[in-house]
Amino acid sequence: MEKHVLLIEDEPNIAEAIRFILSRDGWQVSHEADGSRALARVRDLRPDLVILDHMLPGLSGLEILAALRADPATAAIRVLMLTARGQGRDREAAVAAGADRFMIKPFSNADILAEVRAMMEP
Amino acid sequence: MPLSALTGTRLRERRLAAGLRQSDVAALAGISASYLNLIEHNRRRVTDEVLVRLATALDLDVQVLSTGNEVALIEDLRVAAAASGEAGPEIDRLEDFVGRFPGWSRLVSQLQGRVVGLERALQSLNDRMTHDPHLSQAVHEVVQALSSVRSTAAILAETEDLDPVWRVRFHRNLHQDSERMAVGAEALVAYLDAGSGAEEQGIAAPLEELEAWLKTRDWRFSDAELSGGLESEVAGLASVAARSLARGYLAQAASDALAMPEAAFRAALQLSGPDPLTLAAQFGTDVLAAMRRVITASDMSAGLVVCDASGTLLLRKPVTGFPLPRFGSACPLWPLYAALGRPMVPVEAVVETVGPAAMQHRVIAFCQTRYPAGLRGPELREAAMLILPQPERSSDVSRVGSTCRICPRNDCPARREPSILSEGR
Repeated sequence: MEKHVLLIEDEPNIAEAIRFILSRDGWQVSHEADGSRALARVRDLRPDLVILDHMLPGLSGLEILAALRADPATAAIRVLMLTARGQGRDREAAVAAGADRFMIKPFSNADILAEVRAMMEP
Repeated sequence: MPLSALTGTRLRERRLAAGLRQSDVAALAGISASYLNLIEHNRRRVTDEVLVRLATALDLDVQVLSTGNEVALIEDLRVAAAASGEAGPEIDRLEDFVGRFPGWSRLVSQLQGRVVGLERALQSLNDRMTHDPHLSQAVHEVVQALSSVRSTAAILAETEDLDPVWRVRFHRNLHQDSERMAVGAEALVAYLDAGSGAEEQGIAAPLEELEAWLKTRDWRFSDAELSGGLESEVAGLASVAARSLARGYLAQAASDALAMPEAAFRAALQLSGPDPLTLAAQFGTDVLAAMRRVITASDMSAGLVVCDASGTLLLRKPVTGFPLPRFGSACPLWPLYAALGRPMVPVEAVVETVGPAAMQHRVIAFCQTRYPAGLRGPELREAAMLILPQPERSSDVSRVGSTCRICPRNDCPARREPSILSEGR
């Protein structure tokens, strides 16, 4: 069965590239660009993995992550956090909020693919 | 007499400058040439009595042999040791090190200065990234576009059987992102160009920049210079903040000069000495103005520090033998702070700096209050401490330091933090 990834990213071209890379690798990929709709999408789709951008319109990545972790229905979903800022405190904040992995933009296609594969290993 | 381990070095320099042999000077001083040799190489500490005899033999004031420029270098190296955070440097052999390796000592001091500058630059840029939304947004835009370009270009380059529809789409994305990246980069460059100098970016503290300029003037200005304005010199300062501070300083100095004209002030100073209360009363001005005037309009070797109600130093005019902290808070035992707590009450004391190169100074501190917003506004305090030479050593002294981190007085009741001089022992 195809594993399902929900990509929450407001940059359309980045989202398109990630979606292409993961789809080609056999993942089912859904996309959401608006932070305020992201929580509802996660609850509806129940993805195996969420790739979550740090800076989003509506609701920030950290706020979404905190809400996911606070809800028993979504608390166990693995989350890969993306950021274009890369500062130490962003990483600390993401880890504190419950991110499983953290990647700094710009990343290579091979790197994000490797991260996703590693996170989906049983 | 403040004897330092470097007394021997100074002795040797003076003897060689006078063209005298060790044996001749030793004979005149009544000591053996071998003993003098040990003294000159800082391997024996010299007693007061012998030092006086050696000074007489060299036809020198004994004070010349007991103090020197190395004091500042030693303080710099202490700061370097404090900043290192390591217990490694042998603080107790600092003077020996300076005496034997003055070139290396200066190099360490210079490198420490460079490290401090770079750390400040890093902090400044980090702060700027953190607090400057324009810069943060510009960088974010460029990184986002770069991320997209990197991923998209890799897909185009590495996917041989790419569907034509996707190929067209990714080419379009690449074009959009390259345009976006160019715009973002231009915005970033334009923003950084607006403040391209190191000082503009806050790398040099404005107060340090002002003090560096005042030092080039030996902190002195003639009345004619003050009335004519020094805008051309002020305009040469790198940062807007330093130029603003300099204009404020000069406006105040010009006001002081009007209240205490140069010739009359010098005559009064000659007559009554550096007593800021008497001088202020004579010219009908305030005490802090008289203190400032001692610095700008006399040839006295005097230092001045000024602080606000928080104790933050607003001005630091250094004087030999009284090290002033470059960063952070000063010694809480300075009479400056006693005066700060008792406005309009003068505090006079003889202070001795702690450490092997201890020197005594007479200090006069005074605090004034003002109410710029009237009766219901806040009370603002400003205190100043004039640091004057102390011609004769006194036994009734207060021991003070520069700042806790490099002060060797372990038993100080006012200590805020451990000294590096006690760490690791």
